[in-house]
Amino acid sequence: MAALLEVKGLKAFYGQTQSLYDVGFEIETGGITTLLGANGAGKTTTLRAICNMVRREGVVRFDGKDMMRLPTEEIVRQRIAHVPEGRGTFTTLTVDENLRIAAYTRRDGAAVARERERVFAYFPRLSERLQQQAGTLSGGEQQMLAIARALMLAPRLMLLDEPSFGLAPLIVVEIFRILRRINEEEKVSILLVEQNAALALDLADHAYVLETGKVVMSGPSAVVKNDENIRKSYLGY
Amino acid sequence: MEQFLQQVASGLANGAIYACVALALVMIYVSTDHINFAQGEMAMFSTYLSWQLMTWGLSFWWAFIVAVALSFVMGVLIERLILRPLHNAPVLSIIVVFIGLLAIFNSVSGAIWSYLIKEFPSPFPKSSFGIAGVIGPHQLGVVVVTLIVLGLLFVFFRYTPLGLAMRAAAQNPQMARLVGVRVDWMLALGWGLAASVGAVAGIMVAHIVYLDPNMMGGILLYAFASALVGGISNPAGAVAGGFIVGILENMVAFAGNQIEKTTGIYIIGNGEKLTVALIIVIFVLTVKPAGLFGRVVVKRV
Repeated sequence: MAALLEVKGLKAFYGQTQSLYDVGFEIETGGITTLLGANGAGKTTTLRAICNMVRREGVVRFDGKDMMRLPTEEIVRQRIAHVPEGRGTFTTLTVDENLRIAAYTRRDGAAVARERERVFAYFPRLSERLQQQAGTLSGGEQQMLAIARALMLAPRLMLLDEPSFGLAPLIVVEIFRILRRINEEEKVSILLVEQNAALALDLADHAYVLETGKVVMSGPSAVVKNDENIRKSYLGY
Repeated sequence: MEQFLQQVASGLANGAIYACVALALVMIYVSTDHINFAQGEMAMFSTYLSWQLMTWGLSFWWAFIVAVALSFVMGVLIERLILRPLHNAPVLSIIVVFIGLLAIFNSVSGAIWSYLIKEFPSPFPKSSFGIAGVIGPHQLGVVVVTLIVLGLLFVFFRYTPLGLAMRAAAQNPQMARLVGVRVDWMLALGWGLAASVGAVAGIMVAHIVYLDPNMMGGILLYAFASALVGGISNPAGAVAGGFIVGILENMVAFAGNQIEKTTGIYIIGNGEKLTVALIIVIFVLTVKPAGLFGRVVVKRV
């Protein structure tokens, strides 16, 4: 089976500074893949490079289609949903408006309405906060809104950047449980970037480890989890 | 008393004009963080367009509609052709471009239509409406027309997908791209709408201030004061600010006249209205920089 997302020799630059050197990985359809690495390893940059939000070189193919020439807006139209780090919501818009703008690229009103119902089934709290400004939601609720926003795109692939960032442990567990359900029930493939390596390895079936802009290790989560170096550096035991 | 009401009414009419131009300024400011100093001159140019169309035989309202539509196209083109290439330019370069646009519009209008002051018709029949002794038909018409325009804009931004996309693009361009909004086009649309709203203001005020290439100079200052009073980052605030400034300047002049009448001492009068606007600007900037309805934005540097 061909990979859903194929990344080869990916380089990325912020101005003159190169921050990715040679990143390559593949994501299987229906799978959950995680990128691990220390601060500054290039995890966030990799996600940004996939969506053409930084200057990049190399190969990014989605479902066999070349993504290198498309601007961010068009990559989104391929139904790749990116949830950026630090709560990807429009803080001055209401919850309802956030959900509506999320379906901006879609013209199939009936399907969008169904998606909305699905979203409320996952995140019932959002349906109670429809008229509230997103910026006034709690951290956990904002992260839920960000994921809900991504779901409204009916994505084939979801890129998640640190969904656990700054959240209470209980909320994190809840969000990760929902992510697994989304993967299983909506058949959404997921690429997850996460500081919390233990949590990420539990959820993901594949893992890639980044160090200073390069992939240094990869394999099934179970294997990566038991690697001695990984245990010492990222899992802490 | 009647005099007082008259002053309030004419303040409302002026305020409606300031509100429109202030809104045009704010629309561009919220999405680009720049104040378009050429906004007034663009409105003046639009007003000349409508005048030209009328001399070619169009009725007032047709000329109005066509000029507003042309202004929209003009705004979009200015953004696409002139400001787009300056996307990453430093602020100062952009300010210089705005000042350049101001000078260009001013002198091009002068070259085409001459600097002679022209009369501009009012579309509102003298006999039909207005309240005798309080508000004239044109003043009332101005208020009604601008309120309709502001209402339409409100509905557009609040309830249409495109309006929502424009607000999203202004609030967080990067996130907007991630939901598939073509942010570059939203900026151009914003410029088009701002130019259109300015055109409405210009065409409505021309009957009062007469048509000449410098007609919008003072009005832009009032509009700037209005936007600051309401909060430069808040469109509804800018509109409210417009009406506040419009009424306030008349009230100050009115109070000045009353004082002169009773005491014989001249403190302030009609001649100092613009000074009042400038004092408001300074006052707001020192006491409440975010404006009455604005939010304090803390930026990390």
